[in-house]
Amino acid sequence: MVQTKKKKSRVPKPVSDRDERWLHFYRQMVKIRLFEEEVNQLYLGAKMPGLAHLYIGEEAIAVGVCEALRQTDYITSTHRGHGHCIAKGATLDRMFSELLGKAAGYCRGKGGSMHIADQESGNLGANAIVGGSAGIATGAAMSARMRGTDQVAVCFFGDGALGQGLLYEAMNMAALWKLPVIYVCENNLYNEYTHYSETTAGRVSARAEAFDILTESIDGQDVKVVHTAALKCVAQARRGAGPSFILCNTYRFHGHHVGDIDRAYYRSKSEEEQWKSRRDPLKLLADWLKKNKMADAKALQAVENDISTEIKAAVNFALNAPYPEPEEVTQHVYA
Amino acid sequence: MAAKTQDTAVSEAKVREITFAQAINEALAEEMRRDPTVFIIGEDVAEAGTPFKVLSGLVKEFGTNRVIDSPISEAGIAGIGVGAAMTGMRPIVDIMFGDFLTLTMDQLVNQAAKIRYMSGGKLKVPLVLRTTLGAARRSAAQHSQSLHAWVSHIPGLKVVVPATPYDAKGLLKSAIRDDNPVVFFEDKMMYQLKGSVPEAEYTIPFGVADIKRTGTDITLVATSSMVQVALEAAGSLHEADISAEVIDVRTTVPLDKATLIGSARKTSRVIVIDEGYESYGVTAEIASAIAEGAFYYLDAPVRRMGAMDVPVPFSPVLEDQTVPTAAKVAELALGVCKNR
Repeated sequence: MVQTKKKKSRVPKPVSDRDERWLHFYRQMVKIRLFEEEVNQLYLGAKMPGLAHLYIGEEAIAVGVCEALRQTDYITSTHRGHGHCIAKGATLDRMFSELLGKAAGYCRGKGGSMHIADQESGNLGANAIVGGSAGIATGAAMSARMRGTDQVAVCFFGDGALGQGLLYEAMNMAALWKLPVIYVCENNLYNEYTHYSETTAGRVSARAEAFDILTESIDGQDVKVVHTAALKCVAQARRGAGPSFILCNTYRFHGHHVGDIDRAYYRSKSEEEQWKSRRDPLKLLADWLKKNKMADAKALQAVENDISTEIKAAVNFALNAPYPEPEEVTQHVYA
Repeated sequence: MAAKTQDTAVSEAKVREITFAQAINEALAEEMRRDPTVFIIGEDVAEAGTPFKVLSGLVKEFGTNRVIDSPISEAGIAGIGVGAAMTGMRPIVDIMFGDFLTLTMDQLVNQAAKIRYMSGGKLKVPLVLRTTLGAARRSAAQHSQSLHAWVSHIPGLKVVVPATPYDAKGLLKSAIRDDNPVVFFEDKMMYQLKGSVPEAEYTIPFGVADIKRTGTDITLVATSSMVQVALEAAGSLHEADISAEVIDVRTTVPLDKATLIGSARKTSRVIVIDEGYESYGVTAEIASAIAEGAFYYLDAPVRRMGAMDVPVPFSPVLEDQTVPTAAKVAELALGVCKNR
């Protein structure tokens, strides 16, 4: 049904194990981790209005996927979206500004933590309706095809979205029309405070398989694995061969949101400790970099120090940035 | 003031009589020729041309790449429309019955309507969602509702309720060119209604009510097919020596309050007629705006007439009671004008 006029697609070069880019991946993951830790501090210090849903523990997915994309490719994100935004190219000062409701924020303070959108980096917006962006990402993919570009769209969502019908409506159409969209399911095991096994019948990947969508079920804690799967799926989308579904098995180290401190009623401390000590995506990559002599402890520490400095400057910028003028309340309702 | 003087490039020279459905079809075809980013997606829109045959022939000219038959997935196609609109296209999403708007509500209300605002003015959603309203087609409770009040309640959406072929064509062309999400309601019972439509291109701006008939004793404010009902009522009131002014709102959002208030100040009596449920409906909003703006000029309370607050029944004997008719409007108007 869609136009086949298309620019010649370029299959991204696979990244070799020796490629220095892995250090860049590490840097991006550290950036998300430290950003989120700072967000938690802002919340605890009562400096941030509202709530935030931290991405800590899932960094390998955003980075592994977004590093397979071009700036002109699209993503849609979720309420747990800071990681996706940063991985796709958002700057930390404007991110913090948005979280604090400042005019310098990506949405002039009108969106906040759950709605960061950045057209320049192809981020069509985080979405606070669970599964709410499945249609938007699929529509962006359709638009890319109709406009004759080879852009692709990535739809990030969590295991909670598996309960939403819209996702299946969108996946059905994407498969029918071979749209360049990649559905990335971040299964962090919990729909808010309920284990996904209590809400989700059958196999998760069987949902995509039913539409004959290419499905990859992977370790979401290993950024190399995520990136390899993403490269494959993005290449397929670019050459017009249709959508794909990457099921990333992962874990949310913090609560559903920053205020979800007492979690014993839905998951055990020992479960959390096991994931943090054995399955931390940053630690897994750091160990691998060291083992393969691609970076030593000193180099990794230097990365953290750099990012730490960047975070401090960014958060100071945001704390000192002005709020929007009161008259802005009626602006941007209509274009 | 009659809004027609503001319409662009109206050629009085070549005017034909065409149906409401043909007017819609022409507007779509013209805009699709004019702008390659315009496309249609919906259930049975291509070869079938919709069950109402409003889109007949479009697929022949524009092909299945631009007139796209979708699965029966209203939420999905609304969502795809939003995503395509955000990324450079101008989708027209066809929702066969207005009752099915319920299935699109998240995409319309939480996504389309808010994306511009939530993004601080960076993103836009030039989406048109065409759908229907109106009862009396013996289609029972799930295919007969007029739910335009729901979307009129949501900031960020524009809402169009045309009453004539001329207005339908000009307003639909404006809707397609608008950079905002627009919900466009067509009364199923009006598709065969004929009216004068110029051959030359024209558009009609939003937020400009149209005085369909001038009068001095009472103002009948109406939407969509209720404009035809009001005109018929005005005809019979004329025989009773009552001069009724009929104002077609044309767009509930934006609402041309100035024209409504101006007419109310002139006639001092107002009835608002709409086919949506009366409670919490469009009539309430309009009546309130008029009461606020013309209170000291009014000689009688502003009266409202909407659909009865019942699910639309199937049996013709029952269904016909639920919607405003010319006779009912005239009867109410006679009462309002009693002490004239």
